Amino acid sequence: MSGPVLDVSGVYKKFRKGELYDSLRDLIPALARGLLGRRWRAAPEALAEREFWALQDVSFSVQRGEAFGIIGNNGAGKSTILKLLSGIMRPTRGTIHVDGRLSALIEVSAGFHPDLTGRENIYLNGTILGMTRAEIKRRFDAIVAFSGLEEFLDTPVKRYSSGMFARLGFSVAAHVEPDVLIVDEVLSVGDYLFQQKCFERMSDVMSSGSTVVFVSHDLRAVSTLCARSLLLERGRVLHVGPSHDVIRMYLSRAQAARSVDPEQELRITDVSLHAANGAPQVEFETGDGVDISVAAEARAAHNDISVVIQIVDENQYPVFDTCTQRLGAGPVSLAAGESLRCTFRVRLGLAQGTYRVNAFLHRYVTDRPYERWLSAATFFVAGTPTVRGVAHLAPILMQCEQTASVVEEIAHEPVHVD
Amino acid sequence: MKQRTLLDRRDLLYMITWREIRIKYKQSVMGMLWAVLMPATIVLAGMVVRFGFSLLSGRPVALADVASVSVRAVPWAFFVSSLRFATASLVANTQLVTKIYLPREIFPIAAVGSQLLDFCVASGVLVIVLALLHVGVSVQLLWLPVLVLILVLFTISLSLLFSAGALFFRDVKYLVEVVLTFAIFFTPVFYDAAMFGRWGSILMFNPLAPLLEGFSNVVLHAPPPLPWLAYSAAVSLFAFLGAVRFFHRLEPYFAESV
Repeated sequence: MSGPVLDVSGVYKKFRKGELYDSLRDLIPALARGLLGRRWRAAPEALAEREFWALQDVSFSVQRGEAFGIIGNNGAGKSTILKLLSGIMRPTRGTIHVDGRLSALIEVSAGFHPDLTGRENIYLNGTILGMTRAEIKRRFDAIVAFSGLEEFLDTPVKRYSSGMFARLGFSVAAHVEPDVLIVDEVLSVGDYLFQQKCFERMSDVMSSGSTVVFVSHDLRAVSTLCARSLLLERGRVLHVGPSHDVIRMYLSRAQAARSVDPEQELRITDVSLHAANGAPQVEFETGDGVDISVAAEARAAHNDISVVIQIVDENQYPVFDTCTQRLGAGPVSLAAGESLRCTFRVRLGLAQGTYRVNAFLHRYVTDRPYERWLSAATFFVAGTPTVRGVAHLAPILMQCEQTASVVEEIAHEPVHVD
Repeated sequence: MKQRTLLDRRDLLYMITWREIRIKYKQSVMGMLWAVLMPATIVLAGMVVRFGFSLLSGRPVALADVASVSVRAVPWAFFVSSLRFATASLVANTQLVTKIYLPREIFPIAAVGSQLLDFCVASGVLVIVLALLHVGVSVQLLWLPVLVLILVLFTISLSLLFSAGALFFRDVKYLVEVVLTFAIFFTPVFYDAAMFGRWGSILMFNPLAPLLEGFSNVVLHAPPPLPWLAYSAAVSLFAFLGAVRFFHRLEPYFAESV
């Protein structure tokens, strides 16, 4: 069967702020008003008091076997889309068509009952997520092995740690084998090893021909897994297209809001990224040069300043760190009202991913910070898929050939059995 | 869409019902005895009422009266605890209702299903009690499956209505509590409708009355009140169709309104 497996067209979703009528005492006057004012029959486009649009005119379609990303800030409407896709809610207007069994890796542990054992919960949660008992029975060993919780199968899950709880949930959900899989930030479950497992499992699901809708803040994961993405902002679709374009657009719009203490004597006023030609830019290729520019101003005189920049990866691990002091500049002095601009040129020997820039003003001698601005800028490196990790060490394949003679010797060697 | 109807998800219905039963008896000392406790209490209360009647009428309490009250107590206990449990079922499963899609009627139906097990256990005990009272068997017992079917249908109908209602308005839950507490006076559990003479037929408008009369009659070798039973069956069927419609109408708003 061809055609989109998931088709969303012209979807609107309206929500109401504040309380709904919670008891009959509130309902009866409201009903009376409704009957008189015909508010209940109002056109769906109209917004009543306290109502707002969570989604407006959202359309996209996903082809069979495709991995599709949805990105956007908190409150952009991502979760609402997921709830509509999975059928938990119905759109106010518009249609959603899903061809086949849809399963969501969203609330993977919602079906657990604390008093039941791990084994019982695998069956319970499995059926809740859409499997039949026969299917669960067939995959039971795989589920248990995936979770790594063999020893605790007969322990009630209320005695599990939160990590174990989440792992069991994901393990069940990962074995559902749906036609369309919706994934929402679940890859952050468990420890590093378990995350790797989840990632591999997702890739398996994709390569087996399932369609995946992936919702995440993790831009690297989106760019790795999904060829196409959608950018949501305040309930509207800003862009649908190749993930790279969408991510670039997202990053260029993401302005880190920052609250500054007005009393602060020394503060960073701007951190910006420019390409070598001076144009502002947030998406780079591995090996590109970038100018990281930090501006600061002083309300009172300071004479022992050093400017520090730090690049961190998505997990906030420092990848790179340098400062004016270490680069040979002396302490910077600022009189009251004076400002400062400092530009570092770096070459991005980074593999693909999302990185953030932290900027600090340190006391020159003691290296103690006066002022810091974390995640002052975000940029994305669209590297090649030839490397993974953070550092791009520019690998060159020097040799990779079969030393034929050895292989043949082994192959022709008679087998000795003692 | 596939996998959206109750029939497709019968394994889920089974597991949710199983969960309700398992949870109820986990960490409970009395276990299955609870299934007998409520009907037994109703029977005791019924004995007191019957004793009062006999003092007034001067007619002693017969063994058949004890049997009759016992037979009525078991389905009544099923009806009351099913409704109580089912009304709360959607609200109690807020987690699942708001976070995962499944046919939501599963929750009230599973609630009734889990009480059905108690009903079976209590019926088993009832058979022993009746045997001890030397109540024999008769052809009329063949009516039992019909009676149970109508009872379950009616119970599920009300469960669907009240569970959806309680999800929107918590008042429904308290309303159901109040009605269930006093409904025993409007339903022939402790007494026979016949005791009211010609007024008895007014009592029979309660769809449960013909069922309870029927249960009592067929165990005591008499035919059920057929026209009234047909009325009860018709009411149950219409209630069921209406309740399913009502439930599905409201279902899209469950997640936002709970």
